[in-house]
Amino acid sequence: MILLQAAVSGLLLGAVYALFSSGLTLIWGMMNFINFAHGEFVMLGMYVALVVTWGELGPAVYAPAAAVVLFGLGVIVYAGLIRHVMRGPMLSQILSTFGLALLLRYSAFYVFKSDFRTLPDSSLSSTIDLGGIYLSKAQLLAGVVAALLALGMHVLLTRTPLGSRMLAVAEDRSAAMLMGIRPDRMQALAWGLSAASAGIAGALMAIAYPFSPSVGETFVLTAFVVVSLGGFGSVPGAMIAGLTVGLVEALAGYLIGPIYKDIVVYGLFVAVLWIRPQGLLGTL
Amino acid sequence: MRNRIWLAAAALAAGVAIAPASAADVKIGAIYPLSGNAANAGRSALAAVQLAVDIINNPHPDLATLPSVGPGGLSNLGGAKIVLIAADHQGNPAEGQSQTLRLITQEKVAAMLGVYQSNVAFTATATAERYGVPFIVGDSVAANITGRGFKWTFRTTPIASDFAANYMQFLADMKQAGHKVDSVAIVNENTDYGTSVGGTVLAQAKAHGINVVAQIPYSANATDVTAQVLQLKSKNPDVVVFISYTADAILYMKTMKNLDYMPQMVIADDAGFSDPTFVPSVGNLAQGLMNRSTWAVGEPGSVTYKINELFKAKTGRELDDTSARSMQAMFVLADAINRAGSTEPAKIQKALQETDLKPDQLIMGFSGVKFDQTGQNTLAATYLIQLQGKDYVPVWPAKSARAPLRWPMTGWK
Repeated sequence: MILLQAAVSGLLLGAVYALFSSGLTLIWGMMNFINFAHGEFVMLGMYVALVVTWGELGPAVYAPAAAVVLFGLGVIVYAGLIRHVMRGPMLSQILSTFGLALLLRYSAFYVFKSDFRTLPDSSLSSTIDLGGIYLSKAQLLAGVVAALLALGMHVLLTRTPLGSRMLAVAEDRSAAMLMGIRPDRMQALAWGLSAASAGIAGALMAIAYPFSPSVGETFVLTAFVVVSLGGFGSVPGAMIAGLTVGLVEALAGYLIGPIYKDIVVYGLFVAVLWIRPQGLLGTL
Repeated sequence: MRNRIWLAAAALAAGVAIAPASAADVKIGAIYPLSGNAANAGRSALAAVQLAVDIINNPHPDLATLPSVGPGGLSNLGGAKIVLIAADHQGNPAEGQSQTLRLITQEKVAAMLGVYQSNVAFTATATAERYGVPFIVGDSVAANITGRGFKWTFRTTPIASDFAANYMQFLADMKQAGHKVDSVAIVNENTDYGTSVGGTVLAQAKAHGINVVAQIPYSANATDVTAQVLQLKSKNPDVVVFISYTADAILYMKTMKNLDYMPQMVIADDAGFSDPTFVPSVGNLAQGLMNRSTWAVGEPGSVTYKINELFKAKTGRELDDTSARSMQAMFVLADAINRAGSTEPAKIQKALQETDLKPDQLIMGFSGVKFDQTGQNTLAATYLIQLQGKDYVPVWPAKSARAPLRWPMTGWK
């Protein structure tokens, strides 16, 4: 019974991992760009949810509000920073988002102070009891949203003209330009979508997790593991990898001991990459 | 270009103008985690230390029972003011080492103070030892911070063995009162703090013949503690001792509710459970939880009450145990510097060794402050407090209780 609970809890946790990793893999897929500030986008999504609660609005507003705010931020970040550093060498591209991460983190410290925050209890903070197996509603919702997001992004990229244009820009920027596609618009859109999905993830996670401005650094490592395990650029891959990591963590934590779970997870991670360097669903 | 030269000249002049004024001041270095996971606790501790400095530097006849407080400034140094130079160690032992080095060699501080995380205290005190500068540890409790043969490390706070002894005594009392206390589980975060306190509790429990059914170490950075709570659920101990920092403490309470698990009693080892955000966040899930504290606000009009009011005016929140212990360390250090009548490290060291403060000269519930040859305060002690409603109230030992103890805990029910 408890083993079953561990497995269920692990899958739910994995759904949350998948949710906050999907935006990171999107940016990679469309721009071959690693965003170290992704954890900070998640963090800002959490604070958007907090600000929403100050307005006495319910949990139904958390995720949409975070999506809108973070979409705007993503576009601004692209137009103000990424577009310019793209011309520079690879290393400065990578380090620019690292700088952005610190800028966002310490701005949040300034605005929101270092206190740990939790959202007030709401209809989403309770659990569902399935004959002794407990499901957290917040995590369940995160799982559903993660699946929808992954599906939506997958459809967007593979089945729509807009997606084709985005992928064309990722493939060859100048050729796409010659075909009449405006790469800046496509890439700004990609950054907006990626940040928005991070924001949604943050807003949903804030229901279950205590957070402070430095919370991003705890999540970003897991996000990188999930993204590279699933295959850089593959949104369904991130989904599968997220669930796998969550499940393995929970089972290893329960069966072997919490202190060893990271060894098992990262051991598995290294083993998979050794066999399949492109990740589970990635392409070389 | 010309503008730039003028700016540089102005900056230089300003620097020169400020320098002589600070010559008579006593510089003290303070390192705390001002960013990172423990930033909240670190900033709160620093605010408390800064308040102690303000109280010492300015006239406060109403608090004159505290040593070196009253006239404003250190009387034996011609009313010299203390200047606190703070640095952020980010909860990182290497950073703690380099910040201590910087404060000692570049800022030329007369003494050091800190640290919060025990693993940072190890490296920071080792650096101060090498340079022969007194380092007073107000809050870090890992046993072997003292006892490494250091001559420059002094610690005011009670340590793991003091707490563990108190917990065992408490459990024995509970058993005698007819409560079921047959098995205990220990859940500890896995850096120096949690490992050392967890190990000490384990050893003392065994010595007292209490059955420890599980010891569960974990990383305080964990984003999920389901596995830990499920292990507790399957072992089902009567009492769980938690040794945790803030985010993980909050996460444990939420996860325990989510998985519908509650033992007879939780004993929390201060730290995260005393963080000012713990009770507002999950206090409604943790009713009846036991915690330890050497700090109590006291009756209106008392010294501790006034200090809490000053702290509230400064930060907008109540003084907590961890921050109050840091503050106490500052008072002890100021007293030693004042008796030394000098900012020479060796004289301050000697004065610290001769420290003998009585309970009414302290803001904490210690039996006094007197250091043994390892630098550990031999008169440190604690009492246990219980979360009842929105406040922790002292409930044990009976002589310091301000409310009746409730057993078992009720959590969220």
